[in-house]
Amino acid sequence: MFSGLMLNTWIAATAVAVIAGVTGFFAVLRGSTFAAHAIPNGAFAGAAGASLLGLNPFAGLAAFSVAGALGIAGLSRRARHDVATALTFVMMLAVGALFVSWSTEYAQEAYSLLFGEVFGVSTGDVLPILVLGVVSIVAITVMFRPLMLSSAMPEVAEARGIPAPRMDLAFLLVMALATSMTVPVVGALLMFSLMIGPAAAARSLTARPGLAMTVSVAIALITVWTGIVVSYHTNWPLGFFVGVMGAAFYLLGRAYAAGRRHMAVRASAATSLVRGVLTGPGPGGEYG
Amino acid sequence: MIVGHLLRYVFEPGFFGSGPVHVAFAVGTVIAITSAVVGVFTVTRGQSFAGHALGDIATTGGSGAFLIGINQFWGYLAFGMGAAAFMEMIGVQRRRGRDVATGVVLGAALGLAALFLYLGTQQSSTTGASFTILFGSLFAITPSTVPALITSALLALATVVVLARVLLLSSLSPDIAAARGVPVRAVGVAFLMALAVSVALSAMIIGAVLSTALLIGPAATALRVAKGPARAAATAAGIGVAAVWLGIVLAYDSFYWPPAGRGWPVSFFVVTLVVGGYLVTYLRRGERRQAAPESADAGADTEQACSPA
Amino acid sequence: MTADLLRLDGVGVRLGGRQILRDVSFTIPSGQFTGLIGPNGAGKTTLLRVILGLQPVTSGSVLLDGAPRPARDSSIGYVPQKLVIEPDMPLRVRDVVSLGIDGNKFGLRLPSRARRELVSDMLTAVGAHRYASARVGELSGGEQQRVMIAHALISKPRLLLLDEPLANLDISSEQGIVSVLARLARAEGVAVLLSAHDMNPLMPVMDHIVYVAGGRVAVGRTDEVVQPEVLSRLYGQHVDVIRVHGRILVVAAAEGAGDAEASARDASVVG
Repeated sequence: MFSGLMLNTWIAATAVAVIAGVTGFFAVLRGSTFAAHAIPNGAFAGAAGASLLGLNPFAGLAAFSVAGALGIAGLSRRARHDVATALTFVMMLAVGALFVSWSTEYAQEAYSLLFGEVFGVSTGDVLPILVLGVVSIVAITVMFRPLMLSSAMPEVAEARGIPAPRMDLAFLLVMALATSMTVPVVGALLMFSLMIGPAAAARSLTARPGLAMTVSVAIALITVWTGIVVSYHTNWPLGFFVGVMGAAFYLLGRAYAAGRRHMAVRASAATSLVRGVLTGPGPGGEYG
Repeated sequence: MIVGHLLRYVFEPGFFGSGPVHVAFAVGTVIAITSAVVGVFTVTRGQSFAGHALGDIATTGGSGAFLIGINQFWGYLAFGMGAAAFMEMIGVQRRRGRDVATGVVLGAALGLAALFLYLGTQQSSTTGASFTILFGSLFAITPSTVPALITSALLALATVVVLARVLLLSSLSPDIAAARGVPVRAVGVAFLMALAVSVALSAMIIGAVLSTALLIGPAATALRVAKGPARAAATAAGIGVAAVWLGIVLAYDSFYWPPAGRGWPVSFFVVTLVVGGYLVTYLRRGERRQAAPESADAGADTEQACSPA
Repeated sequence: MTADLLRLDGVGVRLGGRQILRDVSFTIPSGQFTGLIGPNGAGKTTLLRVILGLQPVTSGSVLLDGAPRPARDSSIGYVPQKLVIEPDMPLRVRDVVSLGIDGNKFGLRLPSRARRELVSDMLTAVGAHRYASARVGELSGGEQQRVMIAHALISKPRLLLLDEPLANLDISSEQGIVSVLARLARAEGVAVLLSAHDMNPLMPVMDHIVYVAGGRVAVGRTDEVVQPEVLSRLYGQHVDVIRVHGRILVVAAAEGAGDAEASARDASVVG
């Protein structure tokens, strides 16, 4: 399982998990869960179409993911964010459907773009993935403060000269970039699960942004590594394990957060009770 | 004479005599109307993502049913309603939290879809099924399933119509609704179930993509141009039906178009019409947003920060 | 004992480990206009929610006409704090007011001339008839308040609760809302309980005041309640009541402030 071929898989998957953990943290913070689903899926449609038309699928992937980001950001200026995402999404998929219908066969490549071909990553593929990964991380690092402020407190950010639409577009473009590199590896459907599940779990565990982002990456890595091991031995698709583990971590995180709130309420209730017993009834103050 | 030529140009030979076309029209119309009306409430309540996710999840159910050899209809319905119930259970009140919960359920369902498709290819090589599942085929519905489909769709529609006033009041102010005895949470669940059924059906017949398009597109367009709930619902239904009819005509015609002589997919036409219709409303209204409504009475009703004393 | 419309006895509310309200008792007779005054965060909204049945009490009772409030009755109208309404909400002003009649019922109802006229009359009464066909999401704050008042009053409640209806309005809008309320309430014999952090706009119309601070209340006529001794006991700290140009200012000094200068420096106006 740790042979030379598998090494590529491990490297690529690790890079993807780090990207997903970081990007997903912001996606969850900004409430862009739908966009995190729409952009990879729409990109898949573009890649499938491009490959079936005889063009480089990467080009289709990149083109459609960027188009998706622009479409969502553009429509979001006037419409609800989720409506903008839905309409952009279906448009991309419909065009993808058109391309696929023009071909004469249903390519195995399209399937792999949807579900990923982690175990078939070649050495030549690993380097571009790592490069794009580094670029995405650098972009997020550079944008971290304004993005954080704009995501958490949009009005304050506006007052400081950081317009929300521009930040929205910037973030969606980073997500498009991240998508282009990860979809060939883990597939469109999984990129989404890997972005949302770990980040959502992390947010339930801690409110501090730096820590949450780190935890998000950590959970994504655990998910992917465990998934690869189990997938390797059972031959079941990686996507299945990623999806299910993502949901499991999320539920665990929610349970933990609920448990902590419960303990806090009980603790403070106990404190008040003790205080009340010690100080006696307060002064009355009513009339009439 | 000219009209005759025009009609013959638009409607290719055999159009009106074709059995599959009849079925496509009938079913497509019912789905369009149901999706549009349910969609108006879906968009207003900010549940567009749930509406889309339920379509993908229902599709997973279809694959699962296919795998174990039972009628896909049950798979779609069971997964759709089950997911809706699950989303509601782990659901959070704030919109963002709800979308995250939806996303997590969707991720798990997509994982299951991957598993089902893999197990399916182990059984037999039916990769072609995936395309139909994603994009649907309006022209390939078995006539015997039509009554069940239409009945279920109408049930979902009826549910939403019965809940309409209560849904609107709850959207306006959940507190007012609760104070007047509306079981707000239960109403939300009932709506989500109706949404799940409507979306499961449309995903099964016309594919997950088209299902989302017909749910969100006509509703979003109608909400931009129509005021008042009844008018918005009627407008949305009209837009949806028009898009489906025109889409069917164009798809039929496209059998004679390049490049492949196999026809362009009906989903492409319907989605393009729906999205195009939505974008057109922006041309019409221009910068309407800047016009302030005429304020009625003495003393401007303008908002300012309150300064006590 | 005259028939009290609303009666609270020893109501206490505990939320998230904090005692929000303790031992709140007061009555509101039919037709009385009562101000629920207090600083922000004092528990006014909680108190209103208790009366509406939206917030369970940890102690005490709330009686409407001598009995606990049934679930679906329409004897209490409610105007919440500013509603956030999306611009694409498919409700015109007349639709919102129409929902006040039967928005809590299931099923379809056909439009009727009688209903249309009822809605129209109500809109005229609150001065909103000119924008009756506008989308409710496009109204200004004052316009929206009028519409929500019409919504609440159209089902002929006996008690009308309003949560900070005057916040975020400019002075002339404030006066408009207060006079509409007072006029309609008197005309229909509706008792009003209106919460505010500034009592001054309400002075011309308020019969009684329920002053909330520190989780407790002081109840009575305004001149009885708004006195330094009463309020100081409520706040649990020294409080000054300043009357200037016919307006009342309640000023709470910071804790531990010894001399007058320090008090002035650290004082905060609470209402």
